[in-house]
Amino acid sequence: MTSVQTIKKRKHVRFRRQIPLHLMLAPCVALVLVYAYYPMIGVVIAFQRYNPRLGFFGSKWMGLENFRYLMNLPNTPSVIFNTVFISFMKIAAGLAVPIVYAVLLDLIHHSGLKRAIQTLLYIPYFMSWVILGGILLDLLSPSTGLLAELWRLFGAEPIFFLANPRLFPYVLVVTDIWKTAGYGTIIYLASITAIDPSLYEAAIVDGANRMKQVWHITLPGMAPIIVLMMTLSLGNVLNAGFEQVVTLYSPIVYSTGDIIDTFVYRIGLINNQFGVATAAGLFKSLISFVFIAMGYSLAYRFADYTVF
Amino acid sequence: MAGIQESRRKPSGIRNTSRLADAGIIAAMSLAGLLCLLPIVNVLALSFSSSAAAAAGRVKLWPVDFSLESYKYALTKPQFLRSFAISVKRVGLGLAVNMACTVLAAYPLSKSSRELTGRGVYAWFFFFTMIFSGGLIPWYTVVKQTGIMNTLWGVILPGAVPAYHVIILLNFFRQLPRELGEAAVMDGAGEFYMMVRLYLPLSVPSLATLALFTAVGHWNSWFDGLVLMTSPDNYPLQTYLRNLIVVKNLQTMQTATQAELREMARISDRTLRASQIFIAALPVLALYPYLQKYFMKGLVMGSVKG
Repeated sequence: MTSVQTIKKRKHVRFRRQIPLHLMLAPCVALVLVYAYYPMIGVVIAFQRYNPRLGFFGSKWMGLENFRYLMNLPNTPSVIFNTVFISFMKIAAGLAVPIVYAVLLDLIHHSGLKRAIQTLLYIPYFMSWVILGGILLDLLSPSTGLLAELWRLFGAEPIFFLANPRLFPYVLVVTDIWKTAGYGTIIYLASITAIDPSLYEAAIVDGANRMKQVWHITLPGMAPIIVLMMTLSLGNVLNAGFEQVVTLYSPIVYSTGDIIDTFVYRIGLINNQFGVATAAGLFKSLISFVFIAMGYSLAYRFADYTVF
Repeated sequence: MAGIQESRRKPSGIRNTSRLADAGIIAAMSLAGLLCLLPIVNVLALSFSSSAAAAAGRVKLWPVDFSLESYKYALTKPQFLRSFAISVKRVGLGLAVNMACTVLAAYPLSKSSRELTGRGVYAWFFFFTMIFSGGLIPWYTVVKQTGIMNTLWGVILPGAVPAYHVIILLNFFRQLPRELGEAAVMDGAGEFYMMVRLYLPLSVPSLATLALFTAVGHWNSWFDGLVLMTSPDNYPLQTYLRNLIVVKNLQTMQTATQAELREMARISDRTLRASQIFIAALPVLALYPYLQKYFMKGLVMGSVKG
């Protein structure tokens, strides 16, 4: 047999061996095409007066009319501001609090106690916003809530946190941290585990106290992961937390609590203005896309992070 | 978790820090931990109290006028039971579909591009769905067009391939020794056989982690049920619960009939609400020890390779 034939045969065999792999991927590819890529084509609704009966390509085109309509809505600027304001606070607190938690947890030497505290901290992460929302509505109720009770104990007038436009964004941030910060510590705790113990031994011999150990060993050891989490969190600039907001807000706090996602939901699925809602959603998707892509490329450059 | 902690321990023989600082740290973190637990204890206490005591705000962390009324009401309420059953079905079906898709996508993608022509294209094809989406309305429209609105498939098929889980599992597969597959190829084993007989048994901890997260995700999810189920009879438990919780919402009030309002006044009773919240949280709390056991190892390992 000549070498050319061998190569041809090998190629053929290689391809035959591959067929099962392609077949495995086929159902997933089909599902993703229909439910992820077809909706991406569906964003054409943003440029139409969409009629469900006529479909994505039969509906009447109207150029940028929906975008113009959006820009002239009186509450558009506040919705965009709320989204960015809330998500920025969440990003900052969502980075800082788990780092602090992880460092403090690492300083607890009693391992049983440490594990018990971790167990408690992770619980809210696994509860849906519906359950947490139900709990919070009760807890924060000014008439019968546990928090109001505490307030009265100190002789103060209870505050209705969920109906106070000034406080509402902060309530969102605090309750979001309550849900996610514990779980967020896992990745940092793992990175602390990877630090070489001999560094601490040397520091102790040199007489460094705990504070100094944290500052000169623990935090620098966590730095690569901190940088990674910072870059990846860039993608959340417009994610103010739809499920949380839609569970906790009410018309009283729309002025400070309405975000792009809740706005899209109300305009689109409650008022049935599909075109306008899709336009607002597309605006968010495009900007998010830029930031997520930026986050990944920065993570790749500064933290050697690759997805696959 | 235990494994991670035991693998390294800082020298703690020499004390060069004050016991006061130690106590302060323990106190602060214990408080943070308790803040996560107490609200749940409060709900539990409410659910076992008489509705009069709850309405008067007398219940704190322990039941007042112990009563099982609210549980009796919840567990005999047809709509609650129906939603519960729908959620159970959803978790079962969703788990099967999601895990099958995750494995079927992750295994081929764990091969090199020499072994799978077009691997890069496939990988980008799935990855791109994580960074861009058509948004709520086109998604809703496509679900409607494909005729699965108001069915269980409507809340399962659109999210059938969880890209993030695929990435975690494919990274795990890639850590397995390559010789394993090569030996099997020599013996003439097919890809499907290798996946089922070699790769999956070695990935049980990873698969268990993903399965737990998938199950919790399906159990907890409520928004898709709210918009895709046109009839409240088909609401999963969390969607049903959501409507129960936001009864104060003006919109509901405006469109509700008198009879509905009376029913709402009844179910908006604190103790009844509390018992239903607690029942909905219970399956996740029951799974919690397993979640904690697996998630540290499984997820940290796969998601960050830094």
